[in-house]
Amino acid sequence: MKGLRKYLDKNVKPLFDKGGKLERFWVVYDGLDTFLFVPGHATHKGSHIRDGIDLKRTMITVVLAMVPCLLFGMYNTGLQHYIASGVADSSLMDCFVFGAMKVLPIVVVSYGVGLGIEFLFAGLRGHSINEGYLVSGMLIPLIMPADIPLWMVGLACAFAVIIGKEVFGGTGMNILNVALTARAFLFFAYPTMMSGDQVWFADAPFSGSVDAITGATALGEAAAKVPMDQLNASFGLMDSIIGTIPGSIGETSVISCLLGAFLLIYTGIGSWKIMLSSVIGGAAMVAIFNVFSVNTLMEIPPLHHLALGGFAFGMVFMATDPVTAAQTDTGKYIYGFLVGFLAIMIRVFNPAYPEGVMLAILFMNVMAPLIDHYVVEANIKKRMKRAKVAA
Amino acid sequence: MSLDIKIKRGLDIRLVGEAEKSIETIDAPDTFAIKPTDFKGLTPKLSAREGDEVKAGSPLFFHKDDNRLNIPSPVSGEVVEIVRGAKRKIMAVRILADKQTNYIDFGKADASSLSGEEVKEKLLKSGVWSYIRQRPYNVIANPDDKPKAVFISAFDSAPLAPDYDFIMEGQADAFQAGIDALAKLTEGKVHLNVNGKGNPSSVFAGVKGVQLNKISGPHPAGNVGIQIHHIDPIGKGEKVWTVNPQDVVIIGKLFLEGKYNATKIVAITGFQVSNPKYYKVLQGTPLKNILDGKLAGDKNRIISGNALTGDKESMDGFTGYYHSQITVIPEGDEPEFMGWLAPGFNKFSASRTFFTWLTPGSKKFQLDTGMHGEERAFVMSGEYEKVLPMDIYPVQLLKASLANDIELMEGLGIYEVDEEDFALCEYVCTSKIEVQSILREGLDLVRVECG
Repeated sequence: MKGLRKYLDKNVKPLFDKGGKLERFWVVYDGLDTFLFVPGHATHKGSHIRDGIDLKRTMITVVLAMVPCLLFGMYNTGLQHYIASGVADSSLMDCFVFGAMKVLPIVVVSYGVGLGIEFLFAGLRGHSINEGYLVSGMLIPLIMPADIPLWMVGLACAFAVIIGKEVFGGTGMNILNVALTARAFLFFAYPTMMSGDQVWFADAPFSGSVDAITGATALGEAAAKVPMDQLNASFGLMDSIIGTIPGSIGETSVISCLLGAFLLIYTGIGSWKIMLSSVIGGAAMVAIFNVFSVNTLMEIPPLHHLALGGFAFGMVFMATDPVTAAQTDTGKYIYGFLVGFLAIMIRVFNPAYPEGVMLAILFMNVMAPLIDHYVVEANIKKRMKRAKVAA
Repeated sequence: MSLDIKIKRGLDIRLVGEAEKSIETIDAPDTFAIKPTDFKGLTPKLSAREGDEVKAGSPLFFHKDDNRLNIPSPVSGEVVEIVRGAKRKIMAVRILADKQTNYIDFGKADASSLSGEEVKEKLLKSGVWSYIRQRPYNVIANPDDKPKAVFISAFDSAPLAPDYDFIMEGQADAFQAGIDALAKLTEGKVHLNVNGKGNPSSVFAGVKGVQLNKISGPHPAGNVGIQIHHIDPIGKGEKVWTVNPQDVVIIGKLFLEGKYNATKIVAITGFQVSNPKYYKVLQGTPLKNILDGKLAGDKNRIISGNALTGDKESMDGFTGYYHSQITVIPEGDEPEFMGWLAPGFNKFSASRTFFTWLTPGSKKFQLDTGMHGEERAFVMSGEYEKVLPMDIYPVQLLKASLANDIELMEGLGIYEVDEEDFALCEYVCTSKIEVQSILREGLDLVRVECG
C-alpha cells in the first residue's frame, strides 16, 4: 500500500493542494484520502500517545452493529411481500433476493444524498468531512417502510442533514437525532406513505385477492381494537421477537437488535445505561396500563409490548445516539427511562399513529440538555455546600 | 488515622520498556541547564548573567511577581549561555560546571526543632522552596499561604513510571528530615499516600509525622490530584501543597547536609531504549549524556516525564525539574491504510473496537506518537468519566474553559484538577481533542483572575 500512498502524494494530492488546479475540491479529496489512509499525524502537544480509536472506527462499529438488522430486514421484506402476494412456500433465498432488491436502492439513495450534502457543506465551510452520516445513512433506510418511493427517501435525507444537522454546525452539534428527523419529516409531510395498511409490503397487490392480510402492523391492529386473542394469533410473541411481522425495514426483529446491542455494549460504544433504563421505563409504563386494560393496546403484556414495533430498534440504535442523548451518567438513566416510558404512553394514547418510539426519542432529545443541566447543577451545588461548610 | 482508598475508574496503559531495577551512574557532564519553562506560571527574571560564577544553590533566576521564589543552580561553575527563544523568551540557563562542585553552605539544622518561619526562610533562601508546589494550578507554592495540608504521592501509576519504592531505598534519613520540615509548614496534616497494591518500602512505612494512606487502583490513582480529591478536596480559596518523594529527599538533605544537593534518580524507559534502567543524575543533566548510544531507531520522540503528560524534548534537551522519568517511543507519522477498518491486533484501546481484547491482559504494547485519527467535535459521551476517578464532569468543565466562564469552572471544580489528571481523557478521546491544553488555558485564566 506504500506504492499507492506515494502515487497519491506525488500525482494526485498536489492537484488539490492550495494553488493546484482542483483546489476547490480539496474537501472531497481530503474526505476520500482520509478514508483510505488514517493520516500519519503525530501528536504535537498534550498526551504523546493516543488511543487507537477515532470517529471513523466508532461509526463503522455502529454500522456493523446494524448489519444483522439490515440482513434480516431484507429477508423480511421479501417474506412479507410473498405472504401478501399469496405465495405460500417462498424460499429463504427468494425472500432475501427480493428484499435486497427493494432495500439496497433505499440504502444507496440515503448514502448518496446524505453524503453529497455533507461534502457540499464541508466544502462551503472549509472543514473536513465528518463521519456522523455513516451511521445516519444506514439508520434511515432501516426505519422506512419497504414500499417508500426513493424520491421520498432522498428528500427526507436532504431535510434531515440540512435542517437536522448542518444548520446547527454538523456532527456533534445537532439537537435531534438525524435519522429520526428524516422519519419525522416524512411522517408529517406524507402521512399516508408512513403509516396505515398499504405501506409495509413492497409491491403488494392489495387487490382483495388475499383476504387474510389486512396489511397493518401489529400495533396498527391493536390500535384498531382487534381483540387480544386474535392479535396473538396473527402476531404472536415469538413472531415479534424473531421479526417475521410487517413493519419498517430494520425494526421488526428483536433478535437482530439484541445482536447489535451486544456489539455496541461490548465495544463500549453504545450506552448500556440508556438501553437498560429505557427497557425498564417501557416495562413500567406497560405494567401501569395492564392494570387498567381498557383496550387491546393496554392489554398487551410488557414483554410483548416491548417486542412490537420499533421499540427495540429505537432503544438500541437511536436513543443511545451520544450527541442527542443525555451526556451525564445520571442523566442517561433518567433520559433512558423517560424515553421508554413515553414511547409506550404515546403508543397507547396517540390516536393518529400507533407507534410512539420516534416521537418519544425526539421529545427526549429536546429535553436531554435540560436533564444534564440539572444533573450538573446538582454537582455544582454539592461543591458549593462543601465550600460553605469548610468556610 | 489512615485511609484505605480504592479507585475503580481509570486505565493502566501497558507499554513495553519498563526500567530494569538497577541504578547506573554516568560520567559527569560538562554543562547543565535549568529551564524556566519547567515552572508553570513563572515569569523568569535573571539573577545571574552570562559570565557570572555561581555555586550550587546560587539563584539562577526568580519569579517576576515574587522575588523570594528563586530557582537554584544544581552545580557550581560559570553561566555560559542564556538560551532565548521567540520574543527573547528565556528558554534555558546553561552552566559550565566546575570539576569539583562548590556548595553554598546554608547551615545544618534539625528541622523538627525549628519554627515554621525558620524552615520557610531556609527553604526560600536556598531555592529549594521551588520543589514545593501548590494545588490549585500546580505552580510553585506562595510562601504567604497557609496550606490546609501537604500531600506526597509515594507512587506513580503512569505508563512505565519509576518505582519509588525502589528509588527511595536507603534515603530514609533524608526523607524523614524532609517530612519534618514540611510538617512545620502546615497546620494540617502531611499525607503520604502509598500504593495499596503490595507492601510499600520501609522508607515510607517507617516515616513518622505523616498520615499514611493506602491508595489502590488503575492510573491515575498515583496522581496526587486524584488523591487530594478523595482525601481532602480543595474548595475555593483553599490551598494544598504537594511535593514529589525525591524532592522531599532534596529538602531533607538541605537540613541534614546544609547544602542544595540536586541529585536524583531518573528512570529511562520506553520501547526505543535498548537497555532501560535507572540513572543517578543531577538536576538539569543533558539528555545526550544519558541517552547517547542507548536508543534504537532514528525517528524517536524523547519525552521528559511520562508518555501522557511529559514534555517533548530532543537529544539536545535536559532533564525536567519535576520529572523522575524519561520516555523514548517511536514517532508515529506513517499513514495507516484503512486504519479505521483493520482489525488492529496491536492497537491498545480503552474501547473494545480493536481485536486487542483477544490478547491476554498482561500483553504489553509498543505505542507510537500517532494520533490515529483527526480532530473532531465532541461526539461520544461518558468516555472521559471512565478514566477520571473524580466527582467532576470533565466535558462540561472543558466546555466552560473553552467559553472562559470562570464562575462555571469554579462550580465544576477547576480548583481540584490539573492537566495530568485529565491526561487519560485526552488519551482515550475519540474526537482527538487537546484536553490538557484546553484545561491549562482554563487554569491559567482562573489563576490570573482569581489568584
